[in-house]
Amino acid sequence: MEQQFDTSKIGMWLFLATEVLTFGALFAGFGLMQNKYPQEFVEAHEKLKRWAGSTNTVVLLVSSFTAVMAVLMARTNQAKKCAMYLWLTVGCAGIFMCIKAYEYTSDFEEGLYPAKYYSHVGDLIPGSHGYATFFSFYFMMTGLHGLHVLIGMGLMSWLAIRASRGEFSDKYYTPVDLVALFWHLVDLIWIYLFPLYYLIT
Amino acid sequence: MSTHTEHAENPKAETVKYSITLVALLILTAITIGASYINFGSGNVVIALTIATIKGSIVALIFMHLLHDKPVNAVIGVAGFIFLGIFLLFDFLDVGSRTNPQPINLHPMPAVTAPATAGAPAAADTKKE
Amino acid sequence: MEHTLTSGAVLGDRPRPVKNYLNETTGIWSWMSTVDHKRIGIMYLCAVCFAFLLGGIFALLVRLSLLNPQHTLFGKVWVTAEMYNRFFTLHGAIMVFLFIIPAIPASLANFVLPMMLGAKDVAFPRINLMSFYLWCIGAIMAIGSMVIGAVDTGWTFYTPYSTTTDGAVGLMTMAVFILGFSSIFTGLNFIATVHKLRAPGMGWFDMPLFVWGIYATGVIQILATPVLAITLVLLLIERVFQIGIFDSRIGGDPVLFQHFFWFYSHPAVYIMILPGMAIISEIIPTFSRKTIFGYRAIAYSSVSLALLSFIVWGHHLFVAGESDLANVVFSALTFLVAIPSGVKMFNWLTTMYKGNISFETPMLYALSFLFLFAIGGLTGIFFSTLAVDIHLTDTYFVVAHFHYVMMGGTVIAFLGGLHYWWPKMTGHMYSEKWGRIACALVFIGFNMTFGSQFLMGGQGMPRRYFNYLDQFQPIHAFSTYGSWVLGSGLFLTAIYLLASLKTGPLAPDNPWGGTTMEWESSSPPVVHNFEEQPVFEHEPYDYRHRTVTHV
Repeated sequence: MEQQFDTSKIGMWLFLATEVLTFGALFAGFGLMQNKYPQEFVEAHEKLKRWAGSTNTVVLLVSSFTAVMAVLMARTNQAKKCAMYLWLTVGCAGIFMCIKAYEYTSDFEEGLYPAKYYSHVGDLIPGSHGYATFFSFYFMMTGLHGLHVLIGMGLMSWLAIRASRGEFSDKYYTPVDLVALFWHLVDLIWIYLFPLYYLIT
Repeated sequence: MSTHTEHAENPKAETVKYSITLVALLILTAITIGASYINFGSGNVVIALTIATIKGSIVALIFMHLLHDKPVNAVIGVAGFIFLGIFLLFDFLDVGSRTNPQPINLHPMPAVTAPATAGAPAAADTKKE
Repeated sequence: MEHTLTSGAVLGDRPRPVKNYLNETTGIWSWMSTVDHKRIGIMYLCAVCFAFLLGGIFALLVRLSLLNPQHTLFGKVWVTAEMYNRFFTLHGAIMVFLFIIPAIPASLANFVLPMMLGAKDVAFPRINLMSFYLWCIGAIMAIGSMVIGAVDTGWTFYTPYSTTTDGAVGLMTMAVFILGFSSIFTGLNFIATVHKLRAPGMGWFDMPLFVWGIYATGVIQILATPVLAITLVLLLIERVFQIGIFDSRIGGDPVLFQHFFWFYSHPAVYIMILPGMAIISEIIPTFSRKTIFGYRAIAYSSVSLALLSFIVWGHHLFVAGESDLANVVFSALTFLVAIPSGVKMFNWLTTMYKGNISFETPMLYALSFLFLFAIGGLTGIFFSTLAVDIHLTDTYFVVAHFHYVMMGGTVIAFLGGLHYWWPKMTGHMYSEKWGRIACALVFIGFNMTFGSQFLMGGQGMPRRYFNYLDQFQPIHAFSTYGSWVLGSGLFLTAIYLLASLKTGPLAPDNPWGGTTMEWESSSPPVVHNFEEQPVFEHEPYDYRHRTVTHV
C-alpha cells in the first residue's frame, strides 16, 4: 500500500511539474512582452483592481490551509472534519471565482477586452498594441488559472462527498492528498500571478 | 508511511503548524502589497518576485509536505522551476541583447537616373544584369 | 520446440503456456478496454505503423514532386507548389508527432520495460490506456485537418505565415496539442514505474540500459511538452483573436514563436533518439555475447543528454534574428550536447570488440545505426558551428542531417528493436533471410535518398523549395530513386513480419540468448508477465554466467 501511495505521489508531482512549465511558459511570454512594452504594461497594470487581487490572494491562501487541514483530518480518521474542510476549500474557491467574475465584468464595461476586441479609450499611448497584449495575457492566464480553480472545486466536492461516506482513513487517504497537492499548485500559481499583474508599478 | 504516522499521532501540533504557516503567508502578502506602494524603480519586480518565491517555497515545503516527504518529489517539483528558469534566462538573453545591426557589406542604393531618350537602349543594357 | 541460432547454440525451452496475453481474453472490447501494457503496446504498434505508412506516402509524394524541375510525370504536370507545400508539411507533422515521438516509448517500451524490471505492469495502467486514446483522438484530428484544408506551413508552423494562412492550422495544432498530452502521460507513467516498480533487489545500476534511456526520455517528455502545448494554444489564439504576441504587424515578435517552439522541439529530437539509443544498448551486447562496456557511462550519458538538450534550442534560430550574444552562447552549448552521444558510440564499439558477434537482423540494424547515426551526429556538429550554419541552414544539408539522425537513427533502431522483440511479442520467428534482404534494401535506399542530399545542400539547394535549378536535377532524381528502394525495403519488412504471424516457426522464450528479464517469460508472455515474481539475481549483460539452456 505504501508503494502505491508513493507511486501515486510521484505521478502527481510529475503532473504538477508539467503545470509549472505550462503556466511558466505563459509567464515567460508575459515577461517578454512586458520587456517590449514597458510603459503600456505599467499603465495597464493600474487598471486592474488591487483590492480584488489582494482579497483573492488571501482567499486562496486560506483555501490552501483548509485543503491541508482536510488531508490531516483524513489521515487522523476524522471523516466529518475532513469533509468540512473540503467544503470550506470549495467555498473559498467559489468566493475567488465570484470576485474574478466581478472583475471581468467590470473590466469589460471599461472596454478592457483581450486582443483585437480591446476598446478602451484614454490610453496614454493611443494606437499602441501593448495594452491589448497586456489584457490578452491577463485574460488568458487568469482564465486558465480560473479553469484550474473550477476543476479543483469539482474534484474537492467529489472528495467531500466520499469523505462524508467514510471512504478515507489513515490507511487510505491518497485521493485527498493528491487533490490537495493540485490545489496547492493552483494557489502557488496565483502567488506569482498576483504581484506580476496587480502590483508592478 | 512512517513519517506520516508520526505526524498523524499529533493532529493538534500539525494544526498549529499549519495555522502559523498561514499567518506567515498572510503577513508576507501584506508586505508585498505594502512594498508595491513604495517606488524602488526596477527593484520593485525583484522584491515582488522574491517575496512570491518565499511564499511559494513555504507552501511547497509545509503545505505540500515536501519537507518531510521522500526527496524524489522535491526533485521533480524543483526541476520544473529550474527548466522554466532556463527558458526565461535564454529568452531574456536573446531579447535583451538584440542590436538589430545592419549587414556590414551593405551598399547604399545606387541613385536611379532618369533615362534620356537617346540613351534608352544603353540604359536597358545595363539593366539586363 | 528448439531454435538454433546461426552461431550454433541451441536453446532449450519449457512447456509453452496455453493462455498468453494475446488469447487470454478475446473480442474487440477486451482489447479496447485493456489495461495490460502488452496489449496497449501492440495497439500502439499498429497505430504508429499506420502513421508511418501515411507519413511515408507523403514522403514519396514529396520526392516524386521533385523528380524533375518541370514537375512532370510521363509528360504531364501533376503537382503545384501549393500541393507540394502541403505534402512536405504533412510528411513532417505526421512523422514527427504521430510516429517518431510515440513510436519506441509507447509501443516497444510499453511492452518490454515493465518486464525488464520484473513488474506486472506500468505504474498507472489506466493512464497508459488513456494515453493511447489521446493518440487516437489526435490522429483523427490531424487526418481531419488534412481533409478540411491541409496545412502548408511546414511542420514548424512558423509565424507570421501560420497565423495568417488558410488551411486548417487550428485543427492540426490542436491535434498536436492532444498528442502532446499523450506523450506526457507516457513519460509520466514510465518515470513512476522505474522509480517504484523494480523487482526486489534491483537497484538503479542493475537496470538494463534500455530502461535508463526510456527514463531519460520520460524526463524530457514531462518538462518540454507542456511548453509546446502553450505555444500551440498561443498560436491558435493569435490566429483567431490577434493577441499581438507573434505577429509583428500587431506588435508581436515572430522570433518569440521560434523560441517557444524550439524550446520543446529541440528536446523533442532527443525524445526521438534516446529510445533508439536505448534499443542499441540492448541489441549490441546480446549479439556480441559480451557485457556492455561502460554501463555507468552510458546510463549517465542518457540522463545528461536529456538535461543538456534543454539548453541548446537557439541553434535553430541562428539566422532567424537572434542576437549575436545568444547565437554564440547557443553555439558553444550545442558542442557540449554532442559529447554524451559520442560516449555511447565509443562504448558500443568497444562492447563489440572481441565479442562473439552474429549477424541476425536486429544486429544488422544496430550496425546500420552505428554507421548512419555517426554521419548524422557528426553533420550536426557542422550546424553547431555558427559560421558554417549560416551557409548550410535551410538547405538540403540540414534535411539530410536530420534524416540521418531521425531515420538513420531512430527508425533503424526501431526496426532493430521490432525484430529483436518480435519473437517475444508475437511468439513467432520471422524469416531471417527476408529480414536481411529488407535491411540491405533499407540501408542502400536510405543512403541513396539522403546521402545525395548532403551534396545538394552543400551546393546550395534550399529546402522546401518547389522549383530548383536544372543543375540539381540529377541529384534530385537520384534521391527520388533512392526513396523507391527505401520504400520497397520497408514494404517488404511489413510483408514478411506480418507473414510470420501465420507461417513463422514458434519462438522459444529466449531465441537470442538475451540476459535481461523479459527473456525469462514465455513467448508470448502470460497476462501477468511472469508466472512467479522474478527476483533480481544477476547483472544485466552478464554473459559470464550465462547457461545456454533455460531452466
